[in-house]
Amino acid sequence: MPNSHQIVGASPLRKEGRAKVLGQARYVDDITLPGMWYGATVRSTVARGRIRSISFPPQIPWHEFTVVTAADIPGENVIVHLGKDHPCLADGVVNHPDEPILLLAHPDKAALPAAVAAIEIDYDPLPAVFTIEESEAAAASGDAERVIWDQGDEPNVFKSFRMTTDHSDGDVEAAASAFAEADFIVEGEYRTGAQEQLYIENNGVIGEYSAEAGVTVSGSMQCPFYLVHALELVFNLPADRCRVIQTETGGAFGGKEDFPSVIGSHAALLAMKSGHPVKLCYDRSEDMAGTTKRHPSRTRHRTAVSKDGRLLAGEIDFALDGGAYMTLSPVVLSRGTIHAAGPYLWPHLTVRAKAMATNLPPRGAFRGFGAPQSLFAMERHMDRIAKVVGLTPEEVRRRNFLATGGHTATGQQLKDKVDLQGLLTRALAETDYHRKRARFDRENPGSTIQRGIGFAAFMHGAGFTGSGERRLDSLVEIELASEPANYGRPRILVSSTEFGQGTNTILCQVCAQALGMDYEEVLIAQPDTARVPNSGPTVASRTAMIVGKLVERAAQQLRTTLVASGELTQDYDSAAFRVAARAYLAEHGQLKVSARYAPPGDIFWDDDNYRGEAYPTYAWAVYVAEVAVDTVTYTASVTDFYALQEVGKVLHPILAAGQVEGGIAQGIGYALYEKCVWDKGHMANNQMTNYIMPTSADIPPIHVHFEETPTVHGAFGAKGIGELPIDGPAPAILNAIEHATGIAFNEIPLLPEDIFERMRESLPETPRSGSADLEPAVLGAALSEAAR
Amino acid sequence: MTKIRFTINGEERTAAAPPMKRLLDVLREDLQLTGTKEGCGEGECGSCSVLMNGELVNSCLVPVLQAEGAEITTIEGLASRVGEGEQLHSIQLCFLERGGAQCGICTPGMILATHNLLERYPKPTLAQIQEGLAGNLCRCTGYIRIFDAVQQAATYGKR
Repeated sequence: MPNSHQIVGASPLRKEGRAKVLGQARYVDDITLPGMWYGATVRSTVARGRIRSISFPPQIPWHEFTVVTAADIPGENVIVHLGKDHPCLADGVVNHPDEPILLLAHPDKAALPAAVAAIEIDYDPLPAVFTIEESEAAAASGDAERVIWDQGDEPNVFKSFRMTTDHSDGDVEAAASAFAEADFIVEGEYRTGAQEQLYIENNGVIGEYSAEAGVTVSGSMQCPFYLVHALELVFNLPADRCRVIQTETGGAFGGKEDFPSVIGSHAALLAMKSGHPVKLCYDRSEDMAGTTKRHPSRTRHRTAVSKDGRLLAGEIDFALDGGAYMTLSPVVLSRGTIHAAGPYLWPHLTVRAKAMATNLPPRGAFRGFGAPQSLFAMERHMDRIAKVVGLTPEEVRRRNFLATGGHTATGQQLKDKVDLQGLLTRALAETDYHRKRARFDRENPGSTIQRGIGFAAFMHGAGFTGSGERRLDSLVEIELASEPANYGRPRILVSSTEFGQGTNTILCQVCAQALGMDYEEVLIAQPDTARVPNSGPTVASRTAMIVGKLVERAAQQLRTTLVASGELTQDYDSAAFRVAARAYLAEHGQLKVSARYAPPGDIFWDDDNYRGEAYPTYAWAVYVAEVAVDTVTYTASVTDFYALQEVGKVLHPILAAGQVEGGIAQGIGYALYEKCVWDKGHMANNQMTNYIMPTSADIPPIHVHFEETPTVHGAFGAKGIGELPIDGPAPAILNAIEHATGIAFNEIPLLPEDIFERMRESLPETPRSGSADLEPAVLGAALSEAAR
Repeated sequence: MTKIRFTINGEERTAAAPPMKRLLDVLREDLQLTGTKEGCGEGECGSCSVLMNGELVNSCLVPVLQAEGAEITTIEGLASRVGEGEQLHSIQLCFLERGGAQCGICTPGMILATHNLLERYPKPTLAQIQEGLAGNLCRCTGYIRIFDAVQQAATYGKR
């Protein structure tokens, strides 16, 4: 066996970190190609309508421009995700504001804004819907013109699921009698808003085209092979003539999962027609108005509970607002549906879920992917149940937690160790939760600052949902580098991308550990679909676990091959490895090994009945938030945050903590700051000036702790970690705010004006006139009343 | 077109540009200093931060005419050249070692903001760091590792 120093579990320097701190990392907008033109997009200004006419006023020298319309598309006018409803360019009708209709290119970037503004488009407006409720009402109206999407089983419904524990007549009867005989029926409705990913680098790509080579798109993205697939259809070309290269990517969070298929196709169309490479980079306002967001949601809970706090039966109605086209909504809905059950044991549970069409820009992937929405509802509802039953939030959860060997709502038996009781005990002890809760209860009355502490318990399934990993059939390769500068060094070939989360670093760690050599020796190739195999998309918290495991296996195979060739002894170091690798290359010319995903034998998913192993494994967590609500300014702020999670083996403690801290900051924004304001479907606050994300001054101390229970499914026992931390902050914070104020807020984002409204409602009638009700002492007294 | 003279990273440079062209674009397009990034174009995110006569400015809000005669430091000017390569400035090293850079797009601006902060407060408190960096947005890190990097950099003192 090679030398045994620990690389996995240590925190070596980020692979591309040096280039980043030097300002040398090349993002797409830093690249200029010879003869390159610039692109722009002409977008709809109405939510829904038929295009009556498009005119090009003569003050613009149009002969200098390339103009692309739907008629220029050589293949299908479609951006393929899970369906084919999403046009690449609107053709005759538009279904949301800011929908792309025309594309322009010009050698001078500065010539584009005036040209875009000059084009006049007339519409015959059609009735539009902007909320889940309006979409439901339009579908129920029976008026065909009001139905905005009708390509599925039900009008305006992209996808629906029914997930239930009750399959036999006996089960159904038992659930009904649980509701009939329960001590309490607890109902609640919970809502979450759209959220902008707000990567600091906007979406951007460069398209190139030649008749011989086909289409090449380089740019900021998560999933190069998704874009290959989109280009195949738009250009009617085989995959080997659709080449996609990821450039350094300045944040993504899901916002560069599905959307690059749109902007990438657009840039390539402009390149084909203009005969030049074309750079298409959005500015911030276009990126915010025109690209995807987190799906807004509405969750309704109806729960039968015994007087000792046991969940007897539940019904959950979960609805997402999917925007104008299907994009990834069915799979976002799927993850949201499964996570709706929370980390609890349900004797009976039925979840009815649907993703609705609205005339808003399509919603898409965003870290958490449906789970933050349904878990917000579950974890707020647990506090509600506790209040109704008269138990503490802690106790009601303890009586219902899933545990090792237990079955989830999909009937999946939890084979890996699950210790939610232990996680909760540790989290509450380390935050001094009980003492603080008592202290805040004692100190809040009469104070203008109301303090509270609350928590959320939750999980996140790692990897693709259900049969997803089987279908992806991921492939990883490792080669020995043959160029002189790196001759003999192992190089990982994957389509898994780095966008800040640490892909390059952790995969090189895994490779180095499996080979028993220095981390610094291992290379990773730039994702270029002409060079790397398809290791699947970089999404779903799957990279460390699924791709990492494949890298581990491929590295083992590389070692075995070199040992078998006689070039490498069983006992070696990095220097000896390189000597052996060079000798092997000198003799054989090249060496490339591969590992393909092998579905674990005990994982089975029934998509028709929504039963089975929804995920290979889950990460588990308890997050505790402390808040202060200022009753003068109605501002809620998070004053301390504690995050305890069980994520399997932690491959790189600094990167892992960075993932958790970043997710929590995003979660604080989701809960308290980030509100998308929609004006007839157009994002009205599409600027960083008035869409507010947390700054360094808004961040509380964040204490991150890991429990490590290695799983057999991941590299050296790693589970997924990237999405988990966005699931917990919002419910923990709102639970804490309820503790602080006595008011149950059940909708996010929760802004000062929302707090103001509810606090005014909870005031006694008499002091409401004049300004006396804003006097802190009066308000403080009223609050303590409400809290009682 | 106006001819602008300034000192960039210790070197005298000239640029011919429309007087209202953004300093950011002159740096990136005319001088090929692409380490300075654009995040929002309206002075909110701080990704385009550079040092101008020792002050931290959003280069997207500075018409290049205002930079006439100025001394400007961009991220490219922070490391010292050693032969073919560079030796990282202590702030760069601390960001690298402490996980202060994830996706890296805010990093050049954040490092220059840190440079400016440490000029004003050589031993900053956490509150001073939080306030001092509040004009530079980071969507990846949650800022905690950045605070860590800044505190570590402060222990190096002035180079």
